[in-house]
Amino acid sequence: METLSAVLVEPFVAIAEAPMFFFEVLIGGLLSGVMYALVALGFVLIFKASGVFNFAQGAMVLFAALFFVGFIDLGWPIWLSLVVTVGVMVLLALVIERAVLRPLVNQDPIILFMATIGITFFLDGFGQTLWGSDVRRLDIGIPDDPLIVAGLYVNQFDIYAAVICGLLVLGLALFFQFTPTGRALRAVADDHQAAMSVGVPLNVIWAIVWTVAGIVGLVAGIMWGAKLGVQFNLALIALKALPVLILGGFTSVPGAIVGGLIIGAGEKVAEVFWGEVLGGAIEDWFAYMLAMVFLLFRPQGLFGEKIIERV
Amino acid sequence: MIYRETGQFKTSYAADQAIFPIAQDRLGMLVILAVAFVAVPLMASDYWLTTILLPFVIYGLAALGLNILTGYAGQLSLGTGGFMACGAFAAYKLATAFPELHVLVVFALSGLITAAVGMLFGLPSLRIKGFYLAVATLAAQFFLLWLFNKVPWFTNYSSSGVISAPPLAIWGETYVTGFEATPRAKYLFALTVVTLLALAAKNMTRLKIGRAWMAIRDMDIAAEIIGIRPLATKLSAFAVSSFYCGVAGALWAFAYTGAVEALAFDINVSFRILFMIIIGGLGSILGSFLGAGFIVLLPIFLNNALLAMGMAEAVALASHLEFMIMGALIILFLIVEPHGLARLWQILKEKLRKWPFPY
Repeated sequence: METLSAVLVEPFVAIAEAPMFFFEVLIGGLLSGVMYALVALGFVLIFKASGVFNFAQGAMVLFAALFFVGFIDLGWPIWLSLVVTVGVMVLLALVIERAVLRPLVNQDPIILFMATIGITFFLDGFGQTLWGSDVRRLDIGIPDDPLIVAGLYVNQFDIYAAVICGLLVLGLALFFQFTPTGRALRAVADDHQAAMSVGVPLNVIWAIVWTVAGIVGLVAGIMWGAKLGVQFNLALIALKALPVLILGGFTSVPGAIVGGLIIGAGEKVAEVFWGEVLGGAIEDWFAYMLAMVFLLFRPQGLFGEKIIERV
Repeated sequence: MIYRETGQFKTSYAADQAIFPIAQDRLGMLVILAVAFVAVPLMASDYWLTTILLPFVIYGLAALGLNILTGYAGQLSLGTGGFMACGAFAAYKLATAFPELHVLVVFALSGLITAAVGMLFGLPSLRIKGFYLAVATLAAQFFLLWLFNKVPWFTNYSSSGVISAPPLAIWGETYVTGFEATPRAKYLFALTVVTLLALAAKNMTRLKIGRAWMAIRDMDIAAEIIGIRPLATKLSAFAVSSFYCGVAGALWAFAYTGAVEALAFDINVSFRILFMIIIGGLGSILGSFLGAGFIVLLPIFLNNALLAMGMAEAVALASHLEFMIMGALIILFLIVEPHGLARLWQILKEKLRKWPFPY
């Protein structure tokens, strides 16, 4: 009985007693959800365009962040490091398309998924061989102190992250909607064969998609790196982004954002108000459970395309 | 010339349905079993038994379990590590709560408990498929590990969260678990369990249940239309697979390491076992063991190769290089032979049948 009331009653009482605190937790969660969405976005881009479940997105985040912070530590100015890192990510995308995707074209999705796990291992090893495995501080001049908005404490850094994420999504949306390349990308996402038959070069499109995912990974890497320091743990953020993905749907950009917000907020609220009763550190699995329960009611995720199966 | 079934006539249905219909295959299997059961325990040093052969046998069993689920029934799972942990902790609780239970009963019960847990986490497979399901099984991985880590009841309130296997005897004073057991006894025990379970798995895949799994794998809607019940089939695949993984986890904790904590079964274990079945061959019993051998031996081999090149002093660098080479090898392997080592072996056998006159 006591445990039941501790789980089912007391947290709600705590919420009702201190609604301001609840809103602070909620907003903090929503803003950190934006950071998850940043990582999930890279997954969605690649899955949409090539049907590859890219497990290496987390490794790409780490890889990009390692190069960026490495160049800065060499004493290069930020803009130069940024440009060169983008160059590195373009190169990486070209190499992956050439060396991994092209030989594996037409294989089962699970084979391609395994290949991306191979890429994960390779990138983790390669990045750390080049730059070492120490934790590196990344300071890009975003203040990290709390801000009081309408009587609520909000972390300033998180607001910057949300703004940057919003700009990124806006940029991507414009790119997809109004450029010829973007139109080709959407065509490939809709139907590979139809796109090929009207002359869209699949290989080029894949290289572009992986480049875009790499750049999204770079942005995520910079934001997460500035928050936590650039270290191996960044690669594990991919595991945080997976429930976001299944919640939002693998093929939907808005889904990644909304999924990130739900997961971020749900996780924080659960950890703060229920964590203690359940023994702490429930952040590890709460997102997955939330996503799984959700899937039972909507198997294709929030915004995923409805799956119609035929024999 | 040596591998040819000419002149081997089957005169009964039993002979026609034998697991190894060709005499050379039967002989080869007998030789392998003889080597594994007699020659290896006699010849191999304790070092070989404990660091290479035991993990190989146990990983082989876990890979077999995952192969039943992923290779035969087509349900991609990333929760293998969680199920292994479940088996290990179930065996620990049983062995400490009921010390008079026989070791085989402990293992069978822990397998059954894991099967029940596996069925629970397999329930979403009815609604969701493919990568959505894979991510959902991660829930099992993280939740189970968290549970064993945070709830002290599972570790009998040990302060470090580490469980150490109590000594259990197969008969008399012949211990097969705990610190009194010799590596030889542990190896033979694990090998016997694994051989019997592998035989059972082979037969299961040839039965009605195995054919139902494969029908669901190939196309679940079509299978449903021809009268295969998806609920029973998918859940039975989850149950059998989890049983195997649970026994593998119990063997891991009891026969291999002796003392284990929940974190030893983290997500990397799940991935390693997934690698094994992909590299070994999806939907192949033999492939599970070939893949396990490959993945167990590869890091040891790489380590020694790097040592030989004089990289011993830079431990961190060596481990990063190991990661890199491992990743590159996996990609290379997938490109060269996406159907795994089992397919290579099959091709070799086909070639051998016609050798030396292929035309």
